[in-house]
Amino acid sequence: MKAAVIVFPGSNCDTDCFHALRDVMKVPVEFVWHKERNFPKVDLVVIPGGFSYGDYLRTGAIARFSPVMDAVTKHAAGGRSVVGICNGFQILLEAGLLPGAMLRNKTLQFICKHTWIRTEENLTMFTGKMEPGEVLCVPIAHGEGNYYCDDDTLKSLHDHDQVVFRYCSETGEVGEAFNPNGSKDHIAGIVNAKKNVLGMMPHPERASEDLLGSSDGRKIWESLLNVLG
Amino acid sequence: MPTLSSATPITPELIAAHGITPQEYKHICEILGREPNITELGMFSVMWSEHCSYKNSKPILKLFSKMNSELPHQEHLLVKPGQENAGIVDIGDGLAVCFKIESHNHPSAVEPFQGAATGVGGILRDIFTMGARPILLMNSLRFGDLAQPISQHLFRGVVAGIAHYGNCMGIPTIGGDIYFDASYEGNPLVNAMALGIIKKNEIVRGAAHGIGNPVYYVGATTGRDGLGGAAFASRELTEESHEDRPAVQVGDPFMEKLLMEACLELLHTDALVGMQDMGAAGLTCAGCETASRASTGVEIDLAKVPLRETGMIPYEILLSESQERMLVIVKKGKEKEVERIFEKWDLHAVNIGEVTKGDKYRVLEAGKIAAEIPAKALADDGPIYVREEQKPAYLKDAQKLDLGIVKELKDFTAVLKKILSYPSIASKAWVWEQYDHMVRTDTVFYPGHDAALIRVKGTQKGIAVSTDCNSLYVYLDPFEGGKIAVAEAARNVVCSGAKPVGVTNCLNFGNPMKPEIFWQFHQAVAGMIESCKALEVPVTGGNVSFYNESPQGAIYPTPTIGMVGLLQNIEKRVPSAFQNQGDVIFLAGETFNEIGGSHYLMIEHGLKKGLPPRLDLKREQALQQFILAAADAKKLSSCHDLSEGGLALALAECCLKSTDDLGAEVGDLSEVREALRGLREDALYFGESQSRAVISVKLQYRDDVRKLAQKQGIALYEIGTVSGDALLMEDRVHLPVREMKRLFDTTIPNMMERSL
Repeated sequence: MKAAVIVFPGSNCDTDCFHALRDVMKVPVEFVWHKERNFPKVDLVVIPGGFSYGDYLRTGAIARFSPVMDAVTKHAAGGRSVVGICNGFQILLEAGLLPGAMLRNKTLQFICKHTWIRTEENLTMFTGKMEPGEVLCVPIAHGEGNYYCDDDTLKSLHDHDQVVFRYCSETGEVGEAFNPNGSKDHIAGIVNAKKNVLGMMPHPERASEDLLGSSDGRKIWESLLNVLG
Repeated sequence: MPTLSSATPITPELIAAHGITPQEYKHICEILGREPNITELGMFSVMWSEHCSYKNSKPILKLFSKMNSELPHQEHLLVKPGQENAGIVDIGDGLAVCFKIESHNHPSAVEPFQGAATGVGGILRDIFTMGARPILLMNSLRFGDLAQPISQHLFRGVVAGIAHYGNCMGIPTIGGDIYFDASYEGNPLVNAMALGIIKKNEIVRGAAHGIGNPVYYVGATTGRDGLGGAAFASRELTEESHEDRPAVQVGDPFMEKLLMEACLELLHTDALVGMQDMGAAGLTCAGCETASRASTGVEIDLAKVPLRETGMIPYEILLSESQERMLVIVKKGKEKEVERIFEKWDLHAVNIGEVTKGDKYRVLEAGKIAAEIPAKALADDGPIYVREEQKPAYLKDAQKLDLGIVKELKDFTAVLKKILSYPSIASKAWVWEQYDHMVRTDTVFYPGHDAALIRVKGTQKGIAVSTDCNSLYVYLDPFEGGKIAVAEAARNVVCSGAKPVGVTNCLNFGNPMKPEIFWQFHQAVAGMIESCKALEVPVTGGNVSFYNESPQGAIYPTPTIGMVGLLQNIEKRVPSAFQNQGDVIFLAGETFNEIGGSHYLMIEHGLKKGLPPRLDLKREQALQQFILAAADAKKLSSCHDLSEGGLALALAECCLKSTDDLGAEVGDLSEVREALRGLREDALYFGESQSRAVISVKLQYRDDVRKLAQKQGIALYEIGTVSGDALLMEDRVHLPVREMKRLFDTTIPNMMERSL
């Protein structure tokens, strides 16, 4: 597996994703500057978290016009995998590669803490290493992670097994008390209909080493390695 | 002040309005050999303000340098206080850390969100100006009584402002300290600390070397925001201070993120000569300081400065404190290389002048000289005052405490509950969950530990940092309080297993023109030096913030300490909270009849009185040696220092911060009780005697730890075991961990939610 991490002006989890892939998972990886129109042939594109364009206008709203996004769209259209984390998820929504939108957190405050998420769908290339319903400890850090979509979209997401992660308790119970940001149906991560594009608010790159408190996020990288070699 | 133009005549009123005394004005005329014009008057007024010149504090601050030079080991101090924008300490393997703490108190008082945000922005620029990549932020905050709506407003705004800036920059805010006390009403303290990492051979100086080298202006455009901010920071706050709101800058962390990346990218070219951020006193300060450090001249042309407003006169351009701007001195012939990097990051990079022969800072405006001042005179030769000192009258009464009138307690559990839910003590998760404390994936100990700890990727090393200052102690006894502030911050770092390597400080005091305030200042510094000397930690620099007074009076003197420690092997880190059922709990250090200045006395008896605990530096040194030795031998499961709330609160925190709600059974304290005849029960449970820590160890290490303590001559009392799910102390305290957690965790959110 070869990977690329896109760097927008204002990206700030780019080096973290790079570190998790290269130093922890031993995956060949390179940075791709957002002004690039083409990028090297890779299996995985990671759109990292941060504040691309300072979150001006709306999170992800400007980044989606960056030249590199054409290449990302083509990459995805070719069936190859894309992971958007946090601001990366927001960019994928703005770019129309995933359905729905983000609202401010219900507390109207930025929240950074460990959350528990439940694996709702383990038949994707991102979750193959997990048991159905497996609970992972992965941190969030965002001000706008309150996922929203209309009821038809939500139904369609469920009908097509596109809801991949939902916030839950340590034991896997889903409910208001465990939803940190007000996300519709407690959604933490979804995939597109073709199931090759994943967007998630929690940061797996921050949970890839025991030293940092949790290594549950590694399972996502391991699942990808399993499929992409 | 009336509207200014470049032709405004200089009158005594105008001089006074610039905060310049008649004697200082005379000195300015001597330096120039003529009268200054209005632009030059403005430049002198900001550079000679307390904020930039330290004119009232220099004679005292010199004591830090003197102390440094007397330390047995000082070779690891690479950049000393006052030399550059921040101090630098060698951490081995070719690496160094660059760190500093700075205040943004007055801007935060009138505009909490932007005031705090730009405080973070400013301290970060001080770090990356040196060529270091910032890797962590800390902050030390003080507000008035949190029950007051105004305190809640300031608290909410400051925290959101810090979060806004730090989060967007992608630099984790990993800890700090927060106290609420009526003395800060109307004058909150916002002290921000940043630390960066740098290769020893890549340190950038803020000096304009090389005659003919071009001088670049990079980053954001210049506007009228923050006009005269340095002068604003050098006055007391009054009822009318809110009218100074234009003196508060507006921050754009996105711009600064780009600026940081571009500047750090520039490091890896051979085009860079020197770099200096434009913070307080903006272009005035950056120009004269870079020239002064290199003993050269600098000439700039204001017509080339990118402006965001029309009609700005030289006075305004030179004094503007618009954020996210830097001055970069570039090797002649390498201009294209520099411009290419800034273009990549969509930033202005404009050649506005050059390094010149001579010693003048010359400012042109459309070909005409707008200002011409010897750079050294402006940057370094400001007036220095030795202020009058007088022991404050309040001390006599405040230090008096008749223990006879303080009734011994009946219900210890009730007192512990009260302490746990006191805002200064209670959990600050409401605050730090708004800060991204994990970005960069280096944070190993999260906020809430004695010290925050990060790893240094690519090495075995860890950096532990703590900020601290118990200002009630300093108020009651400035010398002893200053000593304790340093010792406690060092102890926090040591408890995590790290060895203290450097101190930065932010000295927050009232109006230095008042002899009683200046006495506090001098005494506190002397106390800090005493501890630094004994613990052999150099002071790398910092910041002085005077005039912290509101119409209600001066704040408690608050010399905030930022302590940096080095852990050679991160695998040897020690957490604060209990780890395993069955571990043996020890109290290290001796307990005295000390309840003066304690939180217990304040919370339970409503008294802020008495002498604070005495700090015996020999004992402190021995305790720290003992903890470091035990940590290095990997004998400790946990280690937590004793401070506010004493032994009972320390044990409570060890329980409630444990991951599995571990309880503790402390069945018999008689050994501690018997060590001091006549020890009061409240002093034993809640007193704040110094140089103590609660440690827990695995059963099989019990004797090893005892031996280590014996070697250092440390009193070590086995007081109980980690067990169950409640804190039990003799027959006095019985509190389930979940109940303690509820009190500790909900206090601040409840107060803040109610106010929405």
